[in-house]
Amino acid sequence: MSEQRMPVRRTAKLFIGGEFPRSESGRSYEVHAHDGRLLAWAARASRKDLRDAVRAARAAQADWGGRTASNRGQILYRVAELMEGRRGQFEQELTDAGAVDPVRGVSAAIDRWVWYAGWADKVHQVLGATNPVAGPYFNFTIPEPTGVVGIVAPEDQALLGLVSRLAPAIVSGNAAVVLASENAPLPAVTLTEVIATSDVPGGVINMLTGFTRELVPWLAGHMDVNAIDITGVPEDMRADVEVQSAENVKRVVRADGADIFSPAAQSPYLVTALMEFKTVWHPMGA
Amino acid sequence: MARIEKREREAPERREPVWEYATAPESSDIVRLEDRYGLFIGGEFVEPKSGKYFPTINPATEEPLSEVAEAGPEDVDLAVKAAREAQEQHWRGLPGAERAKYIFRIARALQERAREFAVLESMDGGKPIKESRDVDLPLAAAHFFYYAGWADKLEYAFPNRRPRPLGVAGQVIPWNFPMLMAAWKIAPALATGNTIVLKPAETTPLTALLLAQVVQDAELPPGVVNIVTGAGETGSLLVTHPDVNKVAFTGSTEVGKVIRRALAGTGKRLTLELGGKAANIVFDDAPLDQAVEGVINGIFFNQGHVCCAGSRLLVQEPVFEPLLDKLKDRLQTLRVGDPLDKNTDVGAINSRQQLQKIEELVASGVQEGAEMYQAECNLPERGFWFRPTLFTNVSQSHRIAREEIFGPVLSILTFRTPAEAVEKANNTPYGLSAGIWTDKGSRILWMAARMEAGVVWANTFNRFDPSSPFGGYKESGFGREGGLHGLEPYLDFDGGGE
Repeated sequence: MSEQRMPVRRTAKLFIGGEFPRSESGRSYEVHAHDGRLLAWAARASRKDLRDAVRAARAAQADWGGRTASNRGQILYRVAELMEGRRGQFEQELTDAGAVDPVRGVSAAIDRWVWYAGWADKVHQVLGATNPVAGPYFNFTIPEPTGVVGIVAPEDQALLGLVSRLAPAIVSGNAAVVLASENAPLPAVTLTEVIATSDVPGGVINMLTGFTRELVPWLAGHMDVNAIDITGVPEDMRADVEVQSAENVKRVVRADGADIFSPAAQSPYLVTALMEFKTVWHPMGA
Repeated sequence: MARIEKREREAPERREPVWEYATAPESSDIVRLEDRYGLFIGGEFVEPKSGKYFPTINPATEEPLSEVAEAGPEDVDLAVKAAREAQEQHWRGLPGAERAKYIFRIARALQERAREFAVLESMDGGKPIKESRDVDLPLAAAHFFYYAGWADKLEYAFPNRRPRPLGVAGQVIPWNFPMLMAAWKIAPALATGNTIVLKPAETTPLTALLLAQVVQDAELPPGVVNIVTGAGETGSLLVTHPDVNKVAFTGSTEVGKVIRRALAGTGKRLTLELGGKAANIVFDDAPLDQAVEGVINGIFFNQGHVCCAGSRLLVQEPVFEPLLDKLKDRLQTLRVGDPLDKNTDVGAINSRQQLQKIEELVASGVQEGAEMYQAECNLPERGFWFRPTLFTNVSQSHRIAREEIFGPVLSILTFRTPAEAVEKANNTPYGLSAGIWTDKGSRILWMAARMEAGVVWANTFNRFDPSSPFGGYKESGFGREGGLHGLEPYLDFDGGGE
């Protein structure tokens, strides 16, 4: 009998500013498979971790938003490329999470990155405008990233649900602070490992695992978060999130309803929902 | 600073213009006011169930002009019911091309009766007749005309999204541009198939009530447009009414936040056009005389009662002194007084309450150490007035550099590099507008891209057009009014995004 090799287990950590810290609180929580097996002890992010993540996102946003749209598109496409190379791991994690068809789930998530990658340098053309004002002025309207976006990823569809909210948020140049699915955080953790090697600059995507109900109020009330995606916020907490969002006039968006696998679940309007329209005037004259 | 004192000593020689203007008052005979106005509900003027009325005055004379009804809970409920019924029974099912023709009628009626509206606007709100005549009314009519044309073309604006009306829109507007704001609210809502309950501001209800007559004359189906007058309490009743689908508010950031909280969890769609503290940035290569006109227009247009006013002037250091000299000279030529005089540049402050707010903030500027310079003009004895005012030696922490004054008060700061200008311009929770003055094209585009503001005017300021989207970044609100983008807040769609 040959000696059986012990596999090396991965530590599931947070992803903040391009690094993989544990929670500063030292806390972690058990992640179980659908059949009850213990899969990992994931980091349980604290309020301080969330604030660190927002700071990292703010620091990274200007550079990311200032890159060419073409460059952002290529980087999103590279995320898809690297996901493809690790699809076995994603499929296993979705299987553990109880997915009915993990192959389909991973494929759809990869394809969603590709779809949004293509929008990077097209959304301005489709949804911007030049405006024929009644006077000697050139006037145009362009969408710009809103800044730092907080994303509460849906609790189910731990991979496709997350990608469907994250890709449209960052393709335009926003930086994101994401709360991963609480019960199935491992696909999100693996995604951060893909992102870390995909030329996405550190801080553009920050991933927190932990207890959704604990973290949502801190995210909703944070004064340096410009918009919040509440798709994954439990129904009974949504009104409170909207109340808290008033303090800095946060944009509140959601994408409820549509079948996540269907084309209706992807839209350039989900990109512009997290953008601001800027209109510029200049006189015309010889 | 020695230079500034010297200019001040010289100033008295400039105070008497060479040519004094004769007064040129616009006649108010064209306006026929009633003693008392009811609420416009279901196509008719009705007595308020509340039984209450309140006076509306001319802020230039403090004389009462008329009395208007104060809508209570029952009145607001009746207005929303009328709007709902009209939406379901008439407006929603009407082909877009027919809806358009009603809106075109309104646009034409406003053009035909523009003078009457302009005079009334100046009487009720205090703004100079040349502004209400040349800006507010033409733009209001143009707004209706522009959106009328969209009513049967929505499928082209939003391909593959099956645009549909939301239902009943509750709209609350401010007192600084009463007619123009009514147009900004009503025109896109009607074009998209919604019906309306509009609440004009407490101090400026009269042109909205005249607009109600236009709506009657245009034979809109009863209930498509309803207008309820009142103060903040009425507005609160309207936006929190459970059968309102869409709320559109223009006003202060403070009230905007209250509305945001009040609507939490209701699922109502909301757009907010809130306050501002815009930077108007002058670089050392700017054409200074043009910049002076733009700076003056940016802050003294409409007495500074403008949410996108250029209330913080950022001047590059090499041109600070010459620009300041020119601004002070120009300040002395502004004619402050009777809003109905066609020569008047700066009219009356809209209300005593607003005057007190301006006075309080200006006092804080002096107290915090900024240096004040005011135009040497004679102010009428009655009415609400404030001298055009400049502050120098302003630091970013001063209240007059941070808070929206909403009056004819300019805070002047300096900068050295473009990066410093960006830093200072964006150092505010507001994000409505910005101005850039420079001859260098690449710098204009570099600066424009970095302004956290929904509207950027380069080598111009305070320009508006129905085809041009308007709205804020950050705490200046969300949603756009004007242009194709102004349709979206009034529509429901297939697929994601609001």
